[in-house]
Amino acid sequence: MRLQLKTLAHALWVALAGLFAAPARGAVLPADRADLMYHYYNGGGTKVDGPALLVRKGFGESVSAYASYFVDSVSCASIDVVTTASPFKEKRTEYGGGVDYLYRNTTLGVSAMRSTEPDYKTNTVGLSVTHEVFEGLTTVGLGYAESHADVGKSHTDFSDHADRYQYKLGVSQVVTRSVLATVNYEANLESGYLQSPYRSARLLGLSVPEVYPRARDGYAVALGVVKGFGPDDGQLKGSAYLRYRYFWDTWDIRAQTVEAGYARRLDERWLVEPRLRHYRQSAASFYADNFTSQMVYMARDRELSDFTNNALGLRASYQLFDNRFGLSRASLNLDYELVRYHYNNFTDVRTGQLYSYQANVIQMFLSGWF
Amino acid sequence: MKRRTLSALAVAACLAGCTVTPWVQPYERGWLADSLMSASRDPLSDKVLQHVHDVREGARGATVAEGGGCGCN
Repeated sequence: MRLQLKTLAHALWVALAGLFAAPARGAVLPADRADLMYHYYNGGGTKVDGPALLVRKGFGESVSAYASYFVDSVSCASIDVVTTASPFKEKRTEYGGGVDYLYRNTTLGVSAMRSTEPDYKTNTVGLSVTHEVFEGLTTVGLGYAESHADVGKSHTDFSDHADRYQYKLGVSQVVTRSVLATVNYEANLESGYLQSPYRSARLLGLSVPEVYPRARDGYAVALGVVKGFGPDDGQLKGSAYLRYRYFWDTWDIRAQTVEAGYARRLDERWLVEPRLRHYRQSAASFYADNFTSQMVYMARDRELSDFTNNALGLRASYQLFDNRFGLSRASLNLDYELVRYHYNNFTDVRTGQLYSYQANVIQMFLSGWF
Repeated sequence: MKRRTLSALAVAACLAGCTVTPWVQPYERGWLADSLMSASRDPLSDKVLQHVHDVREGARGATVAEGGGCGCN
């Protein structure tokens, strides 16, 4: 399967290279923009917050570069931690950057990212290319990225590694003057130490070390459609989207995600966007809440269990000003999401009941365009 | 392998040579260029939110945003 995927990816890259000869049209680079954010998550005994920054700037008409900075300050007393270990605090820092180059109707991109935690360090590099065809009505995109992680365990000499190879293919299609449709495919081929060194499985009620397979291939296909609304001869007043994703992997997890949202301009300054998200997945083949016999692979990570979650979100943006302080415009944004998780075969060992919890996710950010 | 590469090149050459009459003319694409039609209008926000979901779910990929790190906990 992996060989077929790499061959297919190679063929697609060659095909796209051949498309460079197509007539030039109006592809554009992303807008110059800066975002400064405070993000917050609180749920299931885990609190995560910190700042995030993303700045994108164009150089001439053909080059656009971006840099990002992101911090997760984690204070964790989740159910896994309080039932098998001690609460802890740690910090994850992520630096990223990339450059996009526009040539006729093709955009080439390179990116790099480094994520650092006390016990997990990841380096990622990526390549992407998007190309407009059929008079700009169709955009085809290809992406490749690879990540290499060093995995450790605090206060021990434990050391291992994990590698991930990511392949993406996407098509965006103009259907009408107010409807866009997208299809995206992504494959993630992972190998190495793919589990957490802190978690344990249960065997006849006793804690035993988890053992994961050292390879995992995951695939996802997503379909999306966006529809714009407004007067025929005026500005767009709102838009609605619907997205569906199906995921499957070699650990026998099958997952479905459905998202829908509606963005509405209330007046010149206010934009609000309520949204809904539903997610469900089946359990990995080597997951059990409580094993009754020793197996080669054993896991009790609730992320690998059979569960659903439902999220309700709202984003509100207020345009602060136009053409001041060197910015063409600036906005203040608030995003809130309430997520409820329901686990169907993960027991809270403190109560003997199936586990569930809800989380609050908040973002506050300033955006400026220049 | 060589056969697949040649096939891909043939498809590419065909696509490159194709011309279509656009059913949405360039002057009709004002709405399509509006940020409300974007799959990811706020890329940083979408990335952070996607990271929240990715670290707590078994599925990943084919989304409008990307995350990073271990995300254990």
